Amino acid sequence: MSNAVATDVQVAPNMNGSPRNASEAVAKSLKRRYAAEKRFRAYGLVAIIFAALCLAILLVTIVGKGYSAFTQTMIRLDITLYPQDIDPDGTRDPDVLSTANYQKLVKQAVQDLFPEVTNRRERRHLQEIISPGATYHIRDAVLEDTSLIGQRLVIEVPVSDDLDQFNKGFISGDVPEVERRVSDKQIAWFNRLKDRGVIISTFNTTLFTAGDSREPELAGIWGAVVGSFFTMAVTLLLSFPLAVGAAVYLEEFAPKNRWTDLIEVNINNLAAVPSIVFGLLGLAVFINFFGLPRSAPVVGGMVLALMTLPTIIIAARAALKAVPPSIREGAFGIGASPIQVVTHHVLPLAMPGILTGTIIGMAQALGETAPLLMIGMVAFIVDIPGGPLDPSTVLPVQIYLWSDAPERAFEERASAAIMVLLGFLIMMNAIAVVLRKRFERRW
Amino acid sequence: MKRKTLALAVLATVAVAGAAEARDQIRIVGSSTVYPFATTVAEQFGKTTKFKTPVIESTGSGGGLKLFCSGVGVEHPDITNASRAIKKSEVERCHKNGVTDITEIKIGYDGIVLANSKAAPKMKITRQQLFMALAKDVPAGEGKLQPNPYKMWSDVDPSLPKTRIEVLGPPPTSGTRDAFAELALEGGCKKIGWIKAMKKQDKKKYKAICHSIREDGAYVEAGENDVLIVRKLEANPEAFGVFGFSFLDQNADKVQGSLVDGVAPEFENIASGKYPVSRPLFFYVKKAHAGTIPGIAGYIKEFTSEKAWGPDGYLTDKGLIPMPDAERMKYRKDGAGLNNNIMM
Repeated sequence: MSNAVATDVQVAPNMNGSPRNASEAVAKSLKRRYAAEKRFRAYGLVAIIFAALCLAILLVTIVGKGYSAFTQTMIRLDITLYPQDIDPDGTRDPDVLSTANYQKLVKQAVQDLFPEVTNRRERRHLQEIISPGATYHIRDAVLEDTSLIGQRLVIEVPVSDDLDQFNKGFISGDVPEVERRVSDKQIAWFNRLKDRGVIISTFNTTLFTAGDSREPELAGIWGAVVGSFFTMAVTLLLSFPLAVGAAVYLEEFAPKNRWTDLIEVNINNLAAVPSIVFGLLGLAVFINFFGLPRSAPVVGGMVLALMTLPTIIIAARAALKAVPPSIREGAFGIGASPIQVVTHHVLPLAMPGILTGTIIGMAQALGETAPLLMIGMVAFIVDIPGGPLDPSTVLPVQIYLWSDAPERAFEERASAAIMVLLGFLIMMNAIAVVLRKRFERRW
Repeated sequence: MKRKTLALAVLATVAVAGAAEARDQIRIVGSSTVYPFATTVAEQFGKTTKFKTPVIESTGSGGGLKLFCSGVGVEHPDITNASRAIKKSEVERCHKNGVTDITEIKIGYDGIVLANSKAAPKMKITRQQLFMALAKDVPAGEGKLQPNPYKMWSDVDPSLPKTRIEVLGPPPTSGTRDAFAELALEGGCKKIGWIKAMKKQDKKKYKAICHSIREDGAYVEAGENDVLIVRKLEANPEAFGVFGFSFLDQNADKVQGSLVDGVAPEFENIASGKYPVSRPLFFYVKKAHAGTIPGIAGYIKEFTSEKAWGPDGYLTDKGLIPMPDAERMKYRKDGAGLNNNIMM
């Protein structure tokens, strides 16, 4: 804009040297300039609206698809825990209790709901309304309280994923029977159970307490959350001290010569290397050369630490640079040694900036899947990892695995997992903002 | 600074100690087609026994066999899943790396379907028509080839619909793609007399003709994600998709399978072998690991039990097509004895 003004004004006096003509020229072009101004603002506004709209669509589709995963359709079963089936010798030995045939009890309880169903094929069909996980619910209840044996137990167990989807309205009863996963009979049984009031919709606690599973109604994100926690812990432990050390040295102590220039260029370049490359490096070095276990958060953390190092170094150097030289000079002036200047004055003042950079780097690492593919963290893992050496997966990988699963009930669970991941990311970024607001100083 | 060094030292010790420790958990790699079945069995095995649940990575058949054959020891996987039989070159690689006793267990069949949206009419197609529609080069008269000129299905055969040829399918790295090329395309290709005769003289060229899929945009590589293909078919009723039977089974309200050679891709037809585009699925066990890694025998037992792979087993619920009784018996016995049943 300013360019246009300059030429307009300059050209006019050259033509006949009078200031009046110049202001006329300006007045003439004024309308055009205002229009250009307006257009420019409109472009910006359109860009913002477009971005906001995309974000809104993304959020609406994820929440719209995922909110239903937070509830689970359950059925209240009336089960008699016959001692002869669970613990025939009466030893109450946990080994015996955990391997007992609870399935038989569940089958009997389901059968008792509809005693009129006698045909063998239909009985099998009837059993399909219950999740195969029901037996584990009962086993856990018995293991927790052995005095239940021999008594009647009213327990809520999940229905099968197909009926859950039907109850949530994702499977329509209007399409022909062969085209849906639930049959007319199952729908009829289900509706009768609903009339009896034994079908209830509860908060889906399994989603937050269980590991992965092939049955959508038994699958949860806890295993992935724990895996993400261990991975992030290793990443933070490695990348933060290394990055701060590197930044302090480069900024405060290193001489400015060709070598430090080269290092600087390389750090900046590393920040732009695709993350999969770090995964390949991790596979070659940590797993194949050092023989660390596959699928372990410790390796994942090391790979992600390499990935976040440049981000933190760059942020930390910027934060150190922002500390005014007068602070250093003042500290030197009262006799502080270089290390005292750094640790007592410069570093504490730069810390909010460094931490902001670290949190943003960690948030990036939390959402990463590509490098983990190479080191075996993209895997089906049911057991909740107990430490950074146990096989585990991470949240974004869990989302990826679920979105690829054929069962339709996984679709809503993947969206729910995305919501949880987004929640974590928003929280981390909020912490970064708060840190900046509270502790940042301006000179 | 001191604390940093300490933390690093602790981490390094933990890491090294962990690596040296023996593994108490089965590790499985391999085919993404077998993955849904193997994971179901693994979960069942983990929940009903005292052993830990096996860890399963989906690496593709080729990638799995490569890892599997890289040696004996806790750092190598114990079992690999495959949607095709092990190749001779892979057995040689295994032997070279000390993996000599391998047990092959066939688990059942998988059908590959050509499906489209329910909004469009169901298609009836023969394998030969499929070859003509999707091959890179198609025969133009006796002994001559031309780049595939067909734009519409009706150009291939007037009985086919008057829509543009657009097929979404897996990329070349996928076992499903290999099987589709071998069973559907080659199946149609060898019905053409002079190409069939070529098989004996120039096997390489025969394979190149029969297995090459056109690259001019009519066949769209849609990645390994079958869920994505189903969604794209829903959005575009004119497109067709190539994927495994289990995805058709789970999405029967959205997509329909085309009849190939007059046979519909249904459970019974695939089980009886009538549906032409079906393939066996396998897993391979390293015998040398059976003694050191706990639970391998138990896992095989669970996989080969009637309640898992039988006609009424829980794997059929996930879309696995069971084998006939005699075959199940044979592989159950091989699995129980960990017989080295690869003859090459």
